[in-house]
Amino acid sequence: MFELWFAIAALMFAMYVALDGFDLGAGILSPFVARTDSERRQVLAAIGPYWDGNEVWLLAGGGALFLAFPRVLSSGISGFYFAIVLLLWCLLGRGIAIEFRSHVTDSLWRAAWDFVFAAASTLLAVFLGAAFGNLMRGVPLDRDGWFALPLFTNFSAREPVGILDWYTILTGFFALLALAGHGALFLAWKTDGPVHERSRRMALRLWISVAVLWPVVTAASHAVNPALFPGMGRRWLAVLAVVLAVGGIALVFVRLSRGRGLGAFLGSGAFLLGIIGASAASYFPVMLRATGGDALSITAYTGGGDEAGLRTALRWFLVGLPLALAYLVVVFRLHRGKAVAAREGEGY
Amino acid sequence: MDDALVFHRFQFAFTIIYHYLFPQLTMGLALLIVVMKARGLGQDGERWNDAARFWIRIFGINFAVGVVTGIPMEFQFGTNWARFSRYAGGVIGQTLAMEGLFGFFLESSFLSLLVWGERRLSRVGHFLAAVALFVGSWVSGYFIIVTNAFMHRPVGHGVAADGTLRIVDFQAFVLNPWALVQYAHTMVAAVVTGAFVMAAVGAYYTLTGRHQPIARLFLRLGVVAGLVATVFVAVTGDRQAKLVAAHQPVALAAMEGHFESGPHAGLVIIGQPNVAERRLDNPVVIPWVLSFLAYGTFHADVQGLDAFPPDVWPDNIELLYYAFHIMAGLGTILTAIALFAVLLAWRGRLEANRPMLWIIMLAFPLPYVANTIGWMTAELGRQPWLVYGLFRTAQGSSPTVHSGTVLFTLMGFCGLYLALGILFLFLIGREIAHGPGPLGPVARAGVEGAHV
Repeated sequence: MFELWFAIAALMFAMYVALDGFDLGAGILSPFVARTDSERRQVLAAIGPYWDGNEVWLLAGGGALFLAFPRVLSSGISGFYFAIVLLLWCLLGRGIAIEFRSHVTDSLWRAAWDFVFAAASTLLAVFLGAAFGNLMRGVPLDRDGWFALPLFTNFSAREPVGILDWYTILTGFFALLALAGHGALFLAWKTDGPVHERSRRMALRLWISVAVLWPVVTAASHAVNPALFPGMGRRWLAVLAVVLAVGGIALVFVRLSRGRGLGAFLGSGAFLLGIIGASAASYFPVMLRATGGDALSITAYTGGGDEAGLRTALRWFLVGLPLALAYLVVVFRLHRGKAVAAREGEGY
Repeated sequence: MDDALVFHRFQFAFTIIYHYLFPQLTMGLALLIVVMKARGLGQDGERWNDAARFWIRIFGINFAVGVVTGIPMEFQFGTNWARFSRYAGGVIGQTLAMEGLFGFFLESSFLSLLVWGERRLSRVGHFLAAVALFVGSWVSGYFIIVTNAFMHRPVGHGVAADGTLRIVDFQAFVLNPWALVQYAHTMVAAVVTGAFVMAAVGAYYTLTGRHQPIARLFLRLGVVAGLVATVFVAVTGDRQAKLVAAHQPVALAAMEGHFESGPHAGLVIIGQPNVAERRLDNPVVIPWVLSFLAYGTFHADVQGLDAFPPDVWPDNIELLYYAFHIMAGLGTILTAIALFAVLLAWRGRLEANRPMLWIIMLAFPLPYVANTIGWMTAELGRQPWLVYGLFRTAQGSSPTVHSGTVLFTLMGFCGLYLALGILFLFLIGREIAHGPGPLGPVARAGVEGAHV
């Protein structure tokens, strides 16, 4: 049961990255691919119907972690207290920017919100990548399973660790590139005209960088966490996820060169699901790695709650998840076709 | 109580009070919008659709602020109340996750179709989007109330070997009688806010002689819904008080400023609790009524604060007492306003009665105050417990977060929320100044159903 809920939590967070990733990416790129007001509104029209629902995957993932692994959630979230609050403020600013921007026609009002939208999206992507890096590298858990991390120490990725070091900055940068690339492919698929052209060009450059940096990040992960990769080949889920990631990035390049928007976008989504899935499957059963030795790490077995409660939760979860996916399909179908800038006074 | 705990509590209280200013309107409006969109389906539905369109725009702005201020609430269980999360996560994590899965996904998926999708959807489709938002927001309300109800009256749980809580009886937990009553009370109170805001805007337009046919719809729907909802608030509030009497008698004693136990307890209308001297100063009391309200008989023995050791007394008796009395007083005032307004409307004189329109226009903050202070009554009454009788608030905070850090983030939230409040009022003011209007004629033709 703990294995299953570990997989569910990982799936929810991977879905969050693959879904919110495209609207974060659109936000990161919006200053570059959309220059006029109507182009900016085209970008917002493309992500407007989805961004809020996409963020719910983060909350639902947090909920799954909360009910199944209370020790992991409580230690992890309180240990990163300040970083989490900064994340919340970015989410807040970004949501307000999307929703409030087009209510007023004044150009300075819109320019200010465009800046908030792009800056918050960029910070969030880096933050998500750095959070991933922190999990891989480990945190200084004490005997009771608590920790607190400073923002940075000596950037060495060794004790005493901080939230930012060379490795987590690298993963943050990698996430920035990958999510920007994901957003570029989404915009290339959902828009036409100049935004489409610029997004396509950006997508190609970004995905070449991702493809180059991916082995570097993998090697760095091995350096900071040597336990991560050796057992990977024996875990079929990890192998499957690696295949998904490789297939995804291949699909990105094949489809992008042929101008097939949806295929390339699905490829980048598969890549994101694949790398997160592969990392989670290799990381298992660890959920919070301790820098002070494996005995202090919190695993799915030591961080978990009560198995009977998880069996109960599985029943309603298996009702709720298909519903969430069904809404997603309905919303994508109702908004099929290219996104166009809304008329003044209506839409995003 | 150390500094960090005070700041943790203050941050949660501030962010939840601020957050709840928005959902209370959107949950109430969601129901009223469904009513308007349903009327809009019938013959002569166009004016109802015009009316709904205005409120959907107000709804959209409120919903956006509700979403972005709601996300920090979910996270604060982990950031600020980590020991509580570790202790109770196996139980309350269930309903928090269910809220996301069954409520938030539904709301967030169809929000943009409701707010901006009228051209994209057919009439029925747009009505269904309104229903989706109504169902989503009321479902999410239920799960968060179940979570809160567990903290007030823990049921369906057991204690695991490591001392943390686990689910034993899921059905008892999800159908907690406390949750059912509290949900009814909270949701009709949200309808009161939605109804009074709608009536206030209708009164404002009527007083200034603008948007006439539609302002009349706002006013009439607002006061009728306001009357029905305030009556239900009183009925459900009575049930809620009986539950408090049964399961949190010390909270009831503090709410009432009832220091000495005994039969024939009186209902305090006015008075100042003097905790140091353990008495009520300058009281105006209706004899025997508290016994009747709490237990259904005038002779019932109502326990006073003297029946309980001070370490289980709510830690701010004065605030709790005033919060409860202001809530009850405002509830009475709102019911009276709605009753008079409905009587006038029934005789066709409401639109011409300028003093009454002034009262309705200026009354809209009162339900916000009543909702806020009602929640303060519930949560202050729960103190000093986080999970009633099991786990104290002082045991629940995060062990590794220092007081200065929490004070800093608290100040950050205050600043951000101040800016957000100013922006919100600016946009709402513009919408109200602009007023209701038809959907642009150009795009209407040929668009209906074209995309569905």
